[in-house]
Amino acid sequence: MATVTYEAIATQTLGSDTASITFSSIASTWTDIRLIAAVIPQGSDPTFALRFNGDTGSNYSYTDIRGSGSSASSTRNSNLTYLYLEGVTNPTGTPSLYDVNLFGYAGSTYKTILSRKNNENYVTALAGLWRSTSAINEIQFSADRFNAAGRLGAGSVFTLYGIKAE
Amino acid sequence: MIANQVAGLLAGGVPPVIPGDYESIQTVTVGSGGASYIEFSSIANTYKHLQIRAIGRSSESGSNNSGTSIQFNSDTSTNYSWHVMYGNGSSTGSVGFANTNIIGIGEGTGAGAGANTFGAFVIDILDYANTNKYKTVRTLNGWENNGTGTLLFVSGAWRNTNAVSSIKITTGGSGFVQYSKFALYGIK
Repeated sequence: MATVTYEAIATQTLGSDTASITFSSIASTWTDIRLIAAVIPQGSDPTFALRFNGDTGSNYSYTDIRGSGSSASSTRNSNLTYLYLEGVTNPTGTPSLYDVNLFGYAGSTYKTILSRKNNENYVTALAGLWRSTSAINEIQFSADRFNAAGRLGAGSVFTLYGIKAE
Repeated sequence: MIANQVAGLLAGGVPPVIPGDYESIQTVTVGSGGASYIEFSSIANTYKHLQIRAIGRSSESGSNNSGTSIQFNSDTSTNYSWHVMYGNGSSTGSVGFANTNIIGIGEGTGAGAGANTFGAFVIDILDYANTNKYKTVRTLNGWENNGTGTLLFVSGAWRNTNAVSSIKITTGGSGFVQYSKFALYGIK
C-alpha cells in the first residue's frame, strides 16, 4: 500500500463563538504541517494569532506584506509572545481564509512559518519564526492575540494536514 | 465540505487534494558536509504539476539572506525570465528580469542570520510535462530573523517546451548547509 503523503490530521468546526482552539498531541510523523482555516471573526478585536507548545515567551516574530486594494505595505514585529497573523482588523461576520505552513515542524531547527490570509478587505502574507528547536506538538489559534475581547465565530472551520516527504 | 473547498481554493484553484494524488518523489536533506547545490533528476512525466517544499540556509558569509535560484534540464542558457514582489518589513517593491540563465526563487538565510534560522519555500512548477507549452513557476518564499526578514512572491518562466526532467537549485556562498531540506512532490 502506497504511503499517504498528504493527510488530514484533525478538523475542528465551531458550533459557537469561542476565544481559541487547540490542536494537541500532534505526532512527529510528517515533514511539514499545514493549517487551513476559514474563520468568521467576531468580537471587538477580531484579529488572530498562534502559539506553539503553550510557549508564552517572547520567542515569536514576523515580517509581512499586505495589499488593501489601494496600497501595499510591509511591517515587522519582533520578540512577540505570539505569532500574529494579521496587522489589520478583519471584518466581523465575513470569513477570513488562512493558509499556514509550518516547515520542518518536528526538526531540530527554529521553526519557519509561511502564512497567507485573504478576506474582503486585504490580501496578506507573512514569514514567521518561532525560536525554538523543539518539535511542535501543540498549536493554539486564538482571537484577539490571546486577550479576551475577540472570538472565533460559530461556523469557523480549522483543518490540520500533515505532509510527508520520503 | 468547507475545509476541502478551502483547501482547493488555497491550492491555487486546483481540485481539493486527495491522498494518493499528492506523492513524494524525491527528498534531499543536507548533511554535515553541506551541499553545493540540490538536484532532482530522472523526474517521471506522470504527474500534472510539481511542487517543492523546502527550508534552506546557505554558507554565504556576512549576509542574513542568500538568493536562491532554479534551472531545468541542465539549461544554462538565457531562456528564463522572472518577476518578484517583496516586503521587507519597511517597504514593498517589485522587480523583473528578462533573458536570464536562472529563475530566482527567493531567499534562504545566510551565515549572518541567527543560528537555526532557515528560509522557507513553496515552489510550484505548473504543467511541467506538457510539451506544447513553456513552463511556468511560482514561489511563495520568506525568511524571518527576529528583526530582519523578507516575504517574496516570484513568478517565472522557462522558455522551453520540453518536459521538466531535472531540477537544479543553487544558492550563495559554497551552497546549502546542514539541515536544509528540499522535498519534491508530484500532483496528479
